[in-house]
Amino acid sequence: MARPDRPLSPHLQVYRLPLTALLSITHRITGVGLAFGAVILVAWLAAAAAGPAWFAPMSKMMGSWLGRIVLFGFTWALFYHLVNGIRHLFWDAGFGFEKAAARNSGLAVLAISVIVAGVVFGIGCARVGG
Amino acid sequence: MSSQTARTLRTRLGRVRGLGSAKEGVAHWWGQRLTAIAMVPLVVWFALSLAALAGAPHQTVVAWIKSPLAAVLLVALLVAVFYHLALGVQVVIEDYVHTEWRKLALVITVKLASALAALIGVFSVLRIAFGA
Repeated sequence: MARPDRPLSPHLQVYRLPLTALLSITHRITGVGLAFGAVILVAWLAAAAAGPAWFAPMSKMMGSWLGRIVLFGFTWALFYHLVNGIRHLFWDAGFGFEKAAARNSGLAVLAISVIVAGVVFGIGCARVGG
Repeated sequence: MSSQTARTLRTRLGRVRGLGSAKEGVAHWWGQRLTAIAMVPLVVWFALSLAALAGAPHQTVVAWIKSPLAAVLLVALLVAVFYHLALGVQVVIEDYVHTEWRKLALVITVKLASALAALIGVFSVLRIAFGA
């Protein structure tokens, strides 16, 4: 379709996105990423149901360095989406819409998600090591 | 607007027709929120359980899934995850795919694939839970 040669409104890339906007798109990206994580969860359960011959390679893959990096990514994405999801639920109830409040809650979400993901993943690594 | 309509998110006409402005009422919105609330405790439980199970042999994992609490909560988690996921990915598709047939095909694929994946997950858990 031929488009008339007229000026376009400024698009996304010319803005410096505020923290709240970056966190918003991160929520969506982690959500889509976690959809793939859910498929891995089903594969893990199916492998467990299929027997040790299926479970062992799955377990080995997850314990490898690459597997651990991917699993840490999913762990952080899971807790980011969870904690930011709770932030969304507060918004749904009508709380925390002030500019400063939204920014502060965003910073809190970032900090909490990193700390909780680190702790949970640390427990996992300690269990494998011990 | 009367106080009755102000208390609901739906208009009177929308209620009569059983449809909202988005042609589906608020069921999508509520479905996403309810599954989100359900998953807050479920995900915390699941993540901690997996961390505790890290590196565990098949036998240990199967024994964990066999316990009634884990089996029930895993099924609950799978249902909530895939319901929430199908709604969420649907919105992402609707936001970015504007060719009608492509949008429809993708949404249908995501819905059916989500249902199938959830069934495989639930079946796997039940097979272990009820297995010898």
